[in-house]
Amino acid sequence: MQTHWPLLSIVTWLPIAGGVVVMLVGDARAAIGRWLALGVAIATFVASLPLYAGFDTTTAALQFVERVPWLTSLHSDYYLGVDGISLPLILLTTFSTVLVVIAGWTVIEKRPSQYFAAFLIMEGLMVGVFAAADALLFYVLWEAMLVPMFIIIGVWGGARRVYATVKFFLYTFLGSVLMLVALIYMYLKAGSYELGAFYRLPLSLREQTLIFLAFLAAFAVKVPMVPVHTWLPDAHVEAPTGGSVILAAIMLKMGGYGFLRFSLPITPDASRELDWLVIGLSLVAVVYIGLVALAQRDMKKLIAYSSIAHMGFVTLGCFIGYEIVAATGSLQGATLGLSGAMVEMISHGLISGALFLCVGVLYDRLHTREISAYGGVINTMPVFGAFMVLFAMANAGLPGTSGFIGEFLVILASFRANFWYAFLAATTLVLGAAYTLWLVKRVVFGEVANDAVASLKDLNGRELIVLGILAIAVLALGVYPKPLTDVMEPTLQNLVQLMSVSKA
Amino acid sequence: MNPVSAMDFVLARPEIFLLAATCLILVVDLFVIDRDRQVSYLLSLVALALTAWLVSDTPAGRHVAFHGMFVADGVSRLLKLVTCGTVAAVFLYSRDYLIQRGLFRGEYFVLALFATLGIFVMTSAGSLLTMYLGIELLALSQYALVAFDRDSSVAAESAMKYFVLGAIASGLLLYGISIIYGVTGTFDLAQLANRLDASSANNIGLLFGLAFLMAGIAFKFGAVPFHMWIPDVYHGAPTSVTLFLGAAPKLAYFALALRVLAEGLGSAVAAWQDMLIVLATLSIAVGNVVAVAQTNLKRMLAYSTISNVGFILLGILAGTPFGYRAALFYTITYVVMALGSFAMIILLSRKGFEADRIDDFRGLAQQHPWFAWMMLFLMVSTAGVPPFVGFFAKLYVIQAVLDVGLTWLAVAAVVFSVIGAFYYLRLVKVMFFDPPAEGIAVSAGAGLRLLLSLNALAVLVLGIFNGALVEAIARVLP
Repeated sequence: MQTHWPLLSIVTWLPIAGGVVVMLVGDARAAIGRWLALGVAIATFVASLPLYAGFDTTTAALQFVERVPWLTSLHSDYYLGVDGISLPLILLTTFSTVLVVIAGWTVIEKRPSQYFAAFLIMEGLMVGVFAAADALLFYVLWEAMLVPMFIIIGVWGGARRVYATVKFFLYTFLGSVLMLVALIYMYLKAGSYELGAFYRLPLSLREQTLIFLAFLAAFAVKVPMVPVHTWLPDAHVEAPTGGSVILAAIMLKMGGYGFLRFSLPITPDASRELDWLVIGLSLVAVVYIGLVALAQRDMKKLIAYSSIAHMGFVTLGCFIGYEIVAATGSLQGATLGLSGAMVEMISHGLISGALFLCVGVLYDRLHTREISAYGGVINTMPVFGAFMVLFAMANAGLPGTSGFIGEFLVILASFRANFWYAFLAATTLVLGAAYTLWLVKRVVFGEVANDAVASLKDLNGRELIVLGILAIAVLALGVYPKPLTDVMEPTLQNLVQLMSVSKA
Repeated sequence: MNPVSAMDFVLARPEIFLLAATCLILVVDLFVIDRDRQVSYLLSLVALALTAWLVSDTPAGRHVAFHGMFVADGVSRLLKLVTCGTVAAVFLYSRDYLIQRGLFRGEYFVLALFATLGIFVMTSAGSLLTMYLGIELLALSQYALVAFDRDSSVAAESAMKYFVLGAIASGLLLYGISIIYGVTGTFDLAQLANRLDASSANNIGLLFGLAFLMAGIAFKFGAVPFHMWIPDVYHGAPTSVTLFLGAAPKLAYFALALRVLAEGLGSAVAAWQDMLIVLATLSIAVGNVVAVAQTNLKRMLAYSTISNVGFILLGILAGTPFGYRAALFYTITYVVMALGSFAMIILLSRKGFEADRIDDFRGLAQQHPWFAWMMLFLMVSTAGVPPFVGFFAKLYVIQAVLDVGLTWLAVAAVVFSVIGAFYYLRLVKVMFFDPPAEGIAVSAGAGLRLLLSLNALAVLVLGIFNGALVEAIARVLP
C-alpha cells in the first residue's frame, strides 16, 4: 500500500503540536488538557498503525520516505524513513505514550497540563529520532529530547529529583557531544549528512576506532552500559511513574538503536576489533548488575538495575555477531544475535514499562517504594497481584512471555560464538529469576504485613485497562513473535552484510 | 593623490547621518524638560531606523572611499544593519528600566548612539587608523555609559576599572599598530595584505607587533587572560547598559578581528592562528568553569560571554572563508541570545529590586510559566542544545575547526561546553524546580513582554530555519 500522506511527519509533529496546544490550554483547565492529551496520543498511535500495515517486509530499503531540503549549506535534508529496525520502536513509542497518558490521568496534581504536554513533545521527538535518516536531523532530535525529560524528572520527580535530573542531563549530554564531533568529521569527508553516505564512506581503521569510541560514549550512556550506568537508578527512582516508563521503554532503546544504526554499519572494522570491549561490558552488566539488583530495597531501583542487566543482553546480541563470524564464519548466526537484541528491546520496553506501572500503582496508594513496607498485597489486591506476578515472570524470562524470546535468541547466538559467553549470559536466567521472584515474594505474597497494606484498594478501571493491554502484548509477543521478526528480518540481514564488508 | 570625490560621501552617508542625528538629539535634549524626555527616546529610534534605511540603500558590492580609509562592503552592511536592530532593541528594552530608576535622560541615548557610530566606523575601517578611531569612539562612550548611574558607587568603580584597563589595552593596540607600520610602512589594510606573504609569518618585527595587536583585540573581546574587566563591568553597570555592552559591541569586535587579522594579516595566518588557539581554549575553559561558581546572574552571563567569545575565536582561527562565516553566524546569534538573557533580568526587575541574582528567578515557572519557558529557550540555546540556534552556531564553528584538522581543539571545546551546560541548567532548575521566591513579579509593559517573547522565540525559529541567515552571511563573505 503506497500512501500519499506524509505519515512519518504526522506521527512526529502531531504530538509536538498537540503538546504545545495542551501547554497553552494551561493548568487552570486541566480537564480539557487531559482529554486533549489523550486524544492526541491516541490519534498519533492510530496514525502510526498504517506504517505497520503498509510496511513491505521483503525489502531492507527505507520506506515511507520523506525528503525535503533543510539546511542546504550543510547538505542536510529533512529526511525521514523507516526500516525493520525503526518501525517496531516507533510503534512501541506511540503505544507507550498512550499508556503513560492514561496512567498519569488523576495521579498528577501538580501542573498537569505541562506534564502531559512534556510527554507528548517527548513522543514526537523520539519518533523523529527513530525515523531520521539524516545524521544531523537525528542528532538535533536526539539532543532535543533531553530538555523535556530534564523537566519531567525535575518537576514531577521524587525527593532527590534535582540531583538525578542534572546527572541525567550532563551524562547524556557529554556522551552526545563527542558523537557530534564524529558526525561532523564524517560529514566533512562524505559531503553530506545522509546516513547512507556514511555507510558508503571508506574510513581507515584508526578513523573508525576514534569514531567508534565517540559513538560508544553516546550510546553506552543511553543504554546504559557499565560503568556509565549510574545515572539510571537515580533517574528512575526519582522520575514520576510516566517518566520511568518512557525512560525504560523508549529512551534506553535509543542506545541499542544507535549501535544498530550507527556503530555497526558505519564502523564495521572498528566494531570487529573492539567487540571484546562491548561484549565484556555487556557480560559484566548481566552478571554484576544482576547481583546488584538482588541487594536493592527500593522497588524502582531493583527494576532499574534489572533494566541495565537486560540491556546488557541487547548490546551482547548486537556485537556477538562478530565473534560468531570469527568462530564459525556463519552470517546466519550474526542475524540471530541481532534479532535477539531487537526482540529483547521491544519486549523489555513492554515488560519494564509494565513493572514501573505496577510500582506506580502501589506508590500512588502508600507513597513509598520500599519493599519492606509491603507484603501480602495479594490478599487485598488480588487482580493487581496477578498482573504483578505475570510481569515479574516475564521479566525473569518465562517461556510463553516475550521476555523469553529475546533472551533465548541471544543466548543461542552466544553459544555459537563461545561456550563461556553463553554460560555467563545464561546466569541471568538464575539471577533474573532470583531478584524478580524474591521481589514478588516480599511484596505480593505472604501474610498481610501491616495496616496500610490491609487497607489497600484493588486496581481501578483505568489501571486495569493499562496493565491489561500490556499483559496481552507481552503474552502475544511471547507466543507468536513472527509479526515482529518478519518485519525485522530483511533489514537485519542487510545490516549483517554491511557489518561483514570491510571499509578500511 | 586623488581628491576626495562626492561618491566617497555617498558611501559614508549612514555614518554622516548618524553623527548629525546624534548631535541634533544632544541639542534637542537640552531644551526638553524631564516630562517630555520621550522626545529624545523617540528621536533616537527614528535616527536608528533612518540609518538602517541608509545602510540598506548604499550601493551593492565592495567600494573603497577616502583613499582606502573607509570600506563599504557586504560584511559592513550586514553588521551595520544588525547593529541598528540590536541598539533599537536595547532602547526598547531599557525604557521602563530607566524611567523607574530616574535614569531616563538624553545622555543615555546620545552615548549609545555615539557608541553605535563607533561600531559603524569599525565595521567599515579600511585602515588601522580608522579602526583605532572607531575603537576609541566606542570605548569612550562605553566608559561613560557604565558610570551613567551617577549615584551608584559600584557603577563608578566598574567604570573606573574599565577605563584604566581599557586605556592600557588601547595603548597596547596602538603600540602594535605602530610597530606594524614600522615593519610594513602602511596603515592601509589592503596594502598591508599586498606587502605581506607567507614568509612574513616568520618576520620577528611583525610578530612583535602582532602580539601587541592581539592583546588589544583579546582585551576588547574579553578573551582569557584579558577578561578580568568583563564580570566587574557587567555586574556593576546598570542592567540597561549591560544589555548594550553585552550585545552590540561584539559585532564591532568581530569586524575588528576580521578586518585586521583576516584581511590585513591574512597571509600571516600561521602566526596568529597559534595565538588565537591559546586565547580561545583558555576562554572556553575558564569562562565555563568559573561561571559555575557564580551566584549573580549578571556575573554568570559575563563568564558565559567569555566562553562564547572563545567559540567566536574558534571560527576566526580556522582562517578559512567557512570559518569566518561560522564566526559571523556565531556572533550574530550570540547577540540575539545575549539581548534576550539580559532583557529577562530587566523584565523581572523593578525599582529597588534588580533581579540579578540567580535566586531571584526561583519558581518563575509557577508564577510566570510563559517567561520561564522563554528563559529556558535562551539558556539551553546558549548551552548549545538543539534545535535552538546556539547549537547550530557551535556546529558551524566546530565544523570549521575540524575542517583545518584541529580535532583535539574541537573535542576540548565540546567537552567544556558540557561543563557550561551545567550552569545554564542550574538556572532552569531554579526556575522550574524550586519553590517561588518572595516578591517575584512582572510589572513590565506589554511592549517589553512582546519584544522579549519574540526575541526568545527567534532563538528557536532561527535554529530550525537557519538557512536564510546562513545564505545572507555566505553572500557577504564568499
